[in-house]
Amino acid sequence: MDKTWNNNAWFLVLPVLVLVAFSAIIPLMTVVNYSVQDTFGNNEFFWAGLDWFEDTLHSERFWAALWRNLLFSAIILAIQIPLGIFIALNMPKRGWGVPVCLVLMALPLLIPWNVVGTIWQVFGRVDIGLLGRTLAAMGIDYNYVQDPLDAWITVVVMDVWHWTSLVVLLCYAGLASIPDAYYQAARIDGASRWSVFRFIQLPKMQRVLLIAVLLRFMDSFMIYTEPFVVTGGGPGNETTFLSIDLVKMAIGQFDVGPAAAMSLIYFLIVLLLSWVFYTVMTNYGQGDER
Amino acid sequence: MLELRNINKQSGAEKHLSDISLRLERGTLNVLLGPTLSGKTSLMRIMAGLDRPTSGTIHVDGVDVTGVSPQKRDVAMVFQQFINYPSMTVYENIASPMRVARADRKSIDDAVQRAAALMKLTPYLDRMPLNLSGGQQQRTALARAIVKNAGLVLLDEPLANLDYKLREELRAELPRIFAESGTIFVYATTEPSEALLLGGNTATLAQGHVTQFGPTIDVFRSPVDLVTARTFADPPLNTISADKTGNTFVLESGVGIPAVDAIADGIYTIGFQPHHLSLTPSGAEAVALRTVVAALEITGSESFVHLRFVGADWIMLTPGVQDFAVGQEIEVFLDPRLLLVFDGTGRAVGQTPALAA
Repeated sequence: MDKTWNNNAWFLVLPVLVLVAFSAIIPLMTVVNYSVQDTFGNNEFFWAGLDWFEDTLHSERFWAALWRNLLFSAIILAIQIPLGIFIALNMPKRGWGVPVCLVLMALPLLIPWNVVGTIWQVFGRVDIGLLGRTLAAMGIDYNYVQDPLDAWITVVVMDVWHWTSLVVLLCYAGLASIPDAYYQAARIDGASRWSVFRFIQLPKMQRVLLIAVLLRFMDSFMIYTEPFVVTGGGPGNETTFLSIDLVKMAIGQFDVGPAAAMSLIYFLIVLLLSWVFYTVMTNYGQGDER
Repeated sequence: MLELRNINKQSGAEKHLSDISLRLERGTLNVLLGPTLSGKTSLMRIMAGLDRPTSGTIHVDGVDVTGVSPQKRDVAMVFQQFINYPSMTVYENIASPMRVARADRKSIDDAVQRAAALMKLTPYLDRMPLNLSGGQQQRTALARAIVKNAGLVLLDEPLANLDYKLREELRAELPRIFAESGTIFVYATTEPSEALLLGGNTATLAQGHVTQFGPTIDVFRSPVDLVTARTFADPPLNTISADKTGNTFVLESGVGIPAVDAIADGIYTIGFQPHHLSLTPSGAEAVALRTVVAALEITGSESFVHLRFVGADWIMLTPGVQDFAVGQEIEVFLDPRLLLVFDGTGRAVGQTPALAA
């Protein structure tokens, strides 16, 4: 059959094109535009070439923040994924407990990010916070404003509290899709609890785990609001992640050019790492699921 | 020998099984025949030890095993869904029961190769189950059951999700494979034809009751009650209410069918299989009935003719392609010796129809 060319078809994709243009392409191009220019205000711009990119890649401040980001994401994944799986495995499968658990799990996800930050900021304060006072009363020297380790622990615990539920809900959905006959077959085979997990539940959860890892990685790598509210990036620069640094630079110091260059590099890193995760996990699963 | 004594299973207000007693001998093939939700799966789960009966006991060779966990029961089970370990190769899947039993490498390999050859899986041993066709996946599950070499093998509608041709093939092979091992073989199905093809013994289930248990052909030929007869008929059993006076069953239309057996006068339900209606009289005794064609289904080698008779809707299964018009009036014949007769409570009365089936 002959192909017929009809340019009217472009009208069909036009709405999406317009939407994507305004939501992604135009803002991104604005950033690209800033990243190659310098400005001193007054809407005067000077061509700067790739200077800002070079500066960023040579700046210790950038690498330190990037390193903190990677460390943070690694810790978050290492805690939230196993913990999420563990909680999902122990949630009730039927009965009145199911809706109760689901609602409890969904609660942290429903709270706006800055509120989560504020809650923990107050919660951890040594003078008025429940957590801070309790720890102080127990003789533990805890102060997230002064001690970098305490600041990290606070931010990590806060993120675990806020986001583990997402992993739990995804895993729970994955587990719920396993037909009962699998468990019966395993019981007849005399498979141990560990074998059931290793050979039935884990392979069957693989798809949702991939999504959970991707989502949690991207989110944790882009963390901003909660540490900004709780620690403001401190003490010193100890909890200054890339996004916080970016905002300091762009809005605090009005270094729009370097900030734009940095955010492009940041964007490319997220893209690259997400692609790596995706490829590794889908390849690992090949042959198992199709 | 597996013996079920007065098994009841209730969950909440629902009664899944009521008062089931069965004795299954070693080396026999036993079919559980019944429609969906008749209790076949519940019964199998209890036989496997996956569920505990609400009351009643299970004995294996005289030893009470009620409440003993399935892994200590020496059972293998194959499900309607294709259940294999998704992250293991076909080889490892088949080997898994022996790995659990800690058999040595050599005997595992021998057993796996033998079962794989039997199930025609040898070329696929290195593949993952989910990359195989449905038939191959189910054969993997069956091979696992073979390798386990269990004393009790439960197959819960194992062929229901397979395509027609494969089903025919496996159905022919399965009894032979498991018969060799001298195991107790239990096979649940919704299809009467499957029960007949498998042979052995059949227990018919209806609403949680075992209505009859015995050699498959006997159950089919002489059902003890109307429920069993209906369960064991596909296409559905033809029935009509009849008033017996003297030597004749008088139908609503006034037609009389000679009564072969000496039974008391009264209202009875008479039943007969669809293939017992014919277009030509089978003998001198055959009774002619005037019916109207309601619908026609032609399979190629046979025709299902849906008939309307005064007071009843019937199906006639007749060889060849029959070209009737809907609404056409045709004369069909029924041999009175083939009738199944049931009294008001549904119990079969009179003699076994000698020529039935």
